[in-house]
Formats: sequence, C-alpha cells, structure tokens
Amino acid sequence: MARRLDLEHVNIYYGNFHAVSDVSLMVPPHSVTAFIGPSGCGKSTVLRTINRMHEVIPGARVEGRVLLDGEDVYGPGVDPVDVRRTIGMVFQRPNPFPTMSIRDNVVAGLKLQGVKNKAKLNETAEQALRAANLWDEVRDRLNKPGGGLSGGQQQRLCIARAVAVAPDVLLMDEPCSALDPISTLAIEDLISELKRDFTIVIVTHNMQQAARVSDQTAFFNLRATGEPGQLVEIDQTQKIFANPTQRATEDYITGRFG
Amino acid sequence: MTRTLDRPAASPLFRPISTGRRLRNRLATALVTAAFLLAVVPLLWVLYTVLRFGVKVVTSSAWWTHSLSGLLSFQAGGGVYHAIYGTLTQALVCAVFSIPIGLMVGIYLVEYGARSRLEKITTFMVDILTGVPSIVAALFVYALWITILGFPRSGFAVSLALVLLMVPVIVRTTEEMLRIVPNDLREASYALGVPKWKTIVKIVIPTALSGIVTGIMLALARVMGETAPLLVLVGYAPFINYNLFEGNMAALPLVMVSERNNPTPAGVDRMWGAALTLVLLITLFNLLATVVARRSAIKAK
Repeated sequence: MARRLDLEHVNIYYGNFHAVSDVSLMVPPHSVTAFIGPSGCGKSTVLRTINRMHEVIPGARVEGRVLLDGEDVYGPGVDPVDVRRTIGMVFQRPNPFPTMSIRDNVVAGLKLQGVKNKAKLNETAEQALRAANLWDEVRDRLNKPGGGLSGGQQQRLCIARAVAVAPDVLLMDEPCSALDPISTLAIEDLISELKRDFTIVIVTHNMQQAARVSDQTAFFNLRATGEPGQLVEIDQTQKIFANPTQRATEDYITGRFG
Repeated sequence: MTRTLDRPAASPLFRPISTGRRLRNRLATALVTAAFLLAVVPLLWVLYTVLRFGVKVVTSSAWWTHSLSGLLSFQAGGGVYHAIYGTLTQALVCAVFSIPIGLMVGIYLVEYGARSRLEKITTFMVDILTGVPSIVAALFVYALWITILGFPRSGFAVSLALVLLMVPVIVRTTEEMLRIVPNDLREASYALGVPKWKTIVKIVIPTALSGIVTGIMLALARVMGETAPLLVLVGYAPFINYNLFEGNMAALPLVMVSERNNPTPAGVDRMWGAALTLVLLITLFNLLATVVARRSAIKAK
C-alpha cells in the first residue's frame, strides 16, 4: 500500500562532516518524485536516509524527522530492519545474489524473513516478476542463476526482488545509470506502472528521465565544495522544467551550470 | 615548381614492434619459464621419489589393516592403520576446535570489527600467531597442559598444539574471502529488511564459501604433516591406541621419524610407505576441497 512520506528538517552527517543541511519535503502516495542535482550534492544520501540505510556506514547520523504516514522512522524503539521492510530500495548497480537462482533472488527477502510456504513463494515470485516486466523473459529458466541475465534484466530482477516484499515506498538510486537506452526505457515504463501500487522516489542524473517519469522534482545543490548539500526547490516536474523559481535550478536544467 | 619525394610525406601511423621490445619480451618469457621449471622440477622429483620407494609398500592390503605391533625391526610386513587413525583423529579434533573459532574471529574482524581497537589488536595477534613455529606451539601446550594442568602426554595434547597453528590460518582465509564479497550484496540484503546476522549467514558466507572451504582444507592438510608437536607431546606406539586422551599414540610423521632410525630394509620401506600414505591422505583432502568448493562456487550461467 502506497503511503505518504514527509521529511522534516533533515540534517545528515558523516562523522563531523555535515553532508546535507535542513531538507524538508513531502512525497504524496502513488506519485513519483525525482531527485536531481550535481554529483556530491547529497541526493543519494537523502534517499538512503529515508529507509535508514545511511546508518550502515560507521559514523553516519541523522537529525530531523522522516515520517511515513505520520510515523517517524527514526522514532525511539523503531527497528531499522522493519523500516527497510516497509521502504524498499533499488541500487545503482544491479546486484542479484550470485549464489541464488532467479526465483530465489526474487523471493530472497521473504525467505530470509522466514516464509517457508513453497506455493506462496512461487506465487509471489511470479507476481513480482510480472510486475517487473521480466516474467516472459525468464519463466523457463527460473532455476538458473541470476548472474546469467543481461544488465537490464538483472536490474529488473532487483526491482522484482524489492517489490516481492511488498513495501509501501520504493526508493531507486540511479537505477538506469548502468544500463543501455532500451533497458532504460523498459525500466522507465515499469516505474510508471509501479506508481499504482507504490510511492516512488528516484535519484537520477538524467534530466530527461526525471522529466519523463516523475510527477514532482526536487533539485539539490551545493553552495561550494565542503559545504553541505541542500534542497534548492521542489515542485511539479512541469513547473521545475518550464518555469523554475530559483536561478540555480534554471541554470542547472538548461546546462548553464557552473 | 614540383618536387619529387623519395619517401612518403607522412610517416606511417603504425610501426612494427621495435627490436628492443622484442628482446625484452623474449627475456621476460625465458625468465618466467625458468622460474616455473625451477618450482615444478623439485615438486615432481619429490613425488617421484616418494612414489618410487613407497608404492610397493602401500599396495599391500596389510599396510592399511594392520599395525606394526609385535614386529621386530628387521621383519618385513605389518601396516600403519594405527598411525593413520592417530593422524586423522588428531586432525579431526583439531578441526572441530579450529574451524568454529577461526570462522567466528574472521567474521568478527570483517563484519563487526569496523576498525575498532579490538579488531586492530586481534589482527595483530593473529599475525603473530601465524608466525609462531610449530615447536613453540608444542612447547606452550606442554607447559600449560602437561606441566601446569597435570594431564598426561597424549594425542589430544597434540590436537591442542595443532589448533594454535590452524586457527590463524583459518582466520586469515575467512577474513580475506569475506572482504572480497561486494558490499552491494550486504546492502541489497539490508534493503530487503533482512537483519545483519541473517545477511551474514545467508548471503555473505555462502558467497564466500568456496574460498573458505578451500582454505580450511589446505590448513588441515598442513597440520596433518606437522611433526614437532608429535615429538614433544605424545610418545610413539607401534600398536593401535584408540584413546586420544591417554597413552602413546602413533601418527604418520612419527612412523617416519622412528623408522628412520631403523637401518634395515624393512624400516626403509615403512618410512617411505608412511610418507606416501601421508601424501595420499593430503591429496585426498585437497581433492575433497576442490569438489566442495566447486559445488558451492558461484554459478554464472
């Protein structure tokens, strides 16, 4: 079930380094929000903060609140493992588990959470692979290793794997940057379909991609190297690309940046 | 005004490999080949010698089913099943202690240590332990187990000394194999809502398993040939002793040491027979390691 996501005054640190400063934004359910901005401006860091993947790195910490339908994922006593079950993530590089077959990769999340029912696992595997538009390509080789698929197929396998645990929100960290244009198109089409069931946040370096797939776009920037990254503006995608409020956004979008 | 050129206006884009490079290539190839031969020739020579003197001994069925009990030193015949039993049980007991300890230390260092002080100290200690000669490990166990705690010399004491030699090797192998598991896989697993320990057990270790198993088997092969702990910690018996905790007990290296002092043809045969038997056992372990490693290896296609 898609849920609404709010970030309230989020500050992110790596040790003493202030990486991202004071981000507040709202992501409505059943929508796609794109994070754009130059390298190093903290978009991926913000994304990883949403499902508490950020704190896996030693010394990393977060201030502020990340609310999922009003409930703080950083609240006292909240289990980060639970948060990650609810907020799924797809990474930049396809990373299927090399020891597992295609089917086992898809249901890895459920299996490792202790689901044993074979029929249910098989059913979920099919549903997730269909949702990821991969079913027809792999239906006759579900028991083959996932590492044998092409890059684009592997990435859709990873999306299927993330979808299979039925999260409320799907975070995507540059999911197409390692893929060719045709695979990219396949994944972009998929994103528009997944919107029906999930709330989606996607980080991308490709502005056309942001314009194609997203409902709202957030532009992040750095004032200078060494300064923390910040959210410059967030608005409807059409508005950001046609008529941004901030000068920096316009410069970045039109390529006049830096 | 026209002028004729006796060579093309532009020099060609591509030239043949220069003589200097060709010579350096030849030289390097020759050096590499020579180094390879230098490494392989002694190896084959050792194998040939052991086979030449040992084959006729180990092909008799009594060799595998009898001990040397009751035989006089010049009497031919008998076997070493008592020593095979000793070597295998001592190695097995050593493995039962070393593998869990080594694995867990390796997992701690890679997955939980995170550049803490304990991790640094442990790594340093493991490095030192790796360099401890087997005789020193044996003397340490002698001092602790026999002198201070008062236990008798036994096969078990040997196993304890072998643990000291085997643990650092397993820690190192585990550590190196776990470190090359890409972090992407750990993150992918966390992102699915899988707890850290389960990620380690179900994702990280299976990915590194073939390397870890190979390392363990090689370490085991290594300790099976150790002789110093045997000389210090257990007496040689020419008969079978099933009790690991008491009494003299044979092991293949001990058969070789004791028969080396026996100048009769029977003694020479037993020595080479025991040598070949040990080589065969270790080869068997290595083959086993290859099979296990291949079965748990990552399949690409």
